[in-house]
Amino acid sequence: MSLKGKTAIAGLGITRMGKNYDHSSALGFAAEAISLALEDAGLKRSDLDGLLVTTGVSYQGLASFALQDSLRLTTRLLADVNAGGSSAGTALAMAAEAIATGTANVVACVFADAPLKPPAPGGKGGSAGDAYGVPRGLDSAYGAFGANWVYALLAQRHMYLYGTTQDQLGAIAIAERQWANRNPMAQFYKEPLTLEEYHASRWITEPLHLYDCCLVSNGGVCVIVTSAERARDLRKPPVYILGVGQGHHPGPTLDNLDTGIPIAKETAFRMAGIELKDVQVAELYDCYTITVLLSLEGYGFCKKGEGGPYAAATRLGHGGGIPINTGGGELSSYYMWGMTPVSEAIIQARGEGGERQSPKHDVVLASCQTRNLSTHSVVVMGTNP
Amino acid sequence: MAEEVKLIPQVTPELKPFFDAARHHQLAVQKCDNCGKLRFPPAPLCLACDSPRSSWVAVSGRGTVFSFTVMHRAYHPAFKAPYTLAVIELDEGVKITSNVVGIEPSRVKCGMAVEVMFDRLSDEVTLPRFRPAAG
Ligand SMILES: [Zn+2]
Repeated sequence: MSLKGKTAIAGLGITRMGKNYDHSSALGFAAEAISLALEDAGLKRSDLDGLLVTTGVSYQGLASFALQDSLRLTTRLLADVNAGGSSAGTALAMAAEAIATGTANVVACVFADAPLKPPAPGGKGGSAGDAYGVPRGLDSAYGAFGANWVYALLAQRHMYLYGTTQDQLGAIAIAERQWANRNPMAQFYKEPLTLEEYHASRWITEPLHLYDCCLVSNGGVCVIVTSAERARDLRKPPVYILGVGQGHHPGPTLDNLDTGIPIAKETAFRMAGIELKDVQVAELYDCYTITVLLSLEGYGFCKKGEGGPYAAATRLGHGGGIPINTGGGELSSYYMWGMTPVSEAIIQARGEGGERQSPKHDVVLASCQTRNLSTHSVVVMGTNP
Repeated sequence: MAEEVKLIPQVTPELKPFFDAARHHQLAVQKCDNCGKLRFPPAPLCLACDSPRSSWVAVSGRGTVFSFTVMHRAYHPAFKAPYTLAVIELDEGVKITSNVVGIEPSRVKCGMAVEVMFDRLSDEVTLPRFRPAAG
């Protein structure tokens, strides 16, 4: 059984992003995103019979249970979905599968996080990095904390093998910023970025500058999935789910720069009946500039090793090729894990992108990844079932 | 003078042979008892033949920098930025995450030859790190 066109995205809710202290925890942002998505779809809370919840680094515990209780929801489907940054694609696939098989009818997939704390009276706010904790394994004994260093090793290896340059990584950061400057929801909406500023930005973990790394955001995103039939009767034009796929490569990706992308792509593109040339807009997970570069190679926009020159020449659509990361991505709009690419893909497919809208948007790709790109999920969505 | 802050890793059962060897200034990795394939970090099964039987063997401690990053922020007081975090490819083919010390971080390169050295953190824990190979 193919899922192609059987289900559709009917609602999208996005809270304010960034240093937003409207709620004290991820659960508050999740609830707000759900209410925004219901309003967007023209649905009521009682229409929901599925809830899939992912919380970021700030929430410990089973968020789906807590959210169900606080919203007083009775559902046929309820789970926390945690495949790291890959979760959004995983949750959308689970929702589509549940709806296509009759397990549930209207499923809310929500991501929320609140790693940033408001400034204390008379003091400074907590550092964003502090929210990400310190593991206690062997790696930490060598001073390996957080995720930055893992991607820095990938970037360094790519530079060593293929001659990829800092300017080429910078081209990705700048191209995303240019997209963000057209996205009123983006944290960097009003701040342009030049190559000089990119190079002058502090090192986080060399060869990654500050602007090679994603933002930290408080906020929530909710996507409501239902049957294609039902979606056609709702407020917004349906965005059909045409193909879903996952690919999980046994890392470390560093060994040979192989990712989970080819497996995920093969499944999703076969389901959707498309080839890469049919994709008109792509939203690629971009926790770091190197993640975009490896995704361009992984999906076949260019050959392995040629991501640097390709990115510098096409500049994510500003200089050629299709529009990519049109909202500014995790680097320049907001960091909601896989819900960043997924939310912008929905906006583009609906034609609601305003100044940044791609003229062609019948087939839109959203990729989600984690663990050095070894864990990957992808959703192909479009305007026709 | 304030006492030096250290981050002493937990000696898990899986890593105990690694730390036992390091205390005696040897770098040890896991070896499959069935096919002889080496592996690190320790894993329950051999990736070459699926055998669960393994022992620990000393390796030369020589290798090359496979990739590295210069950490520009110390997230723990035991570290002083900048410092070099690297994946070392040992001459025996196994990779290990460690530090490259004894050289300015800006002079570290992929492919450069390194050798193990041992840093005693406590009675129980000595940590292997790497420095540029002599000669
Ligand atoms: Zn074996």
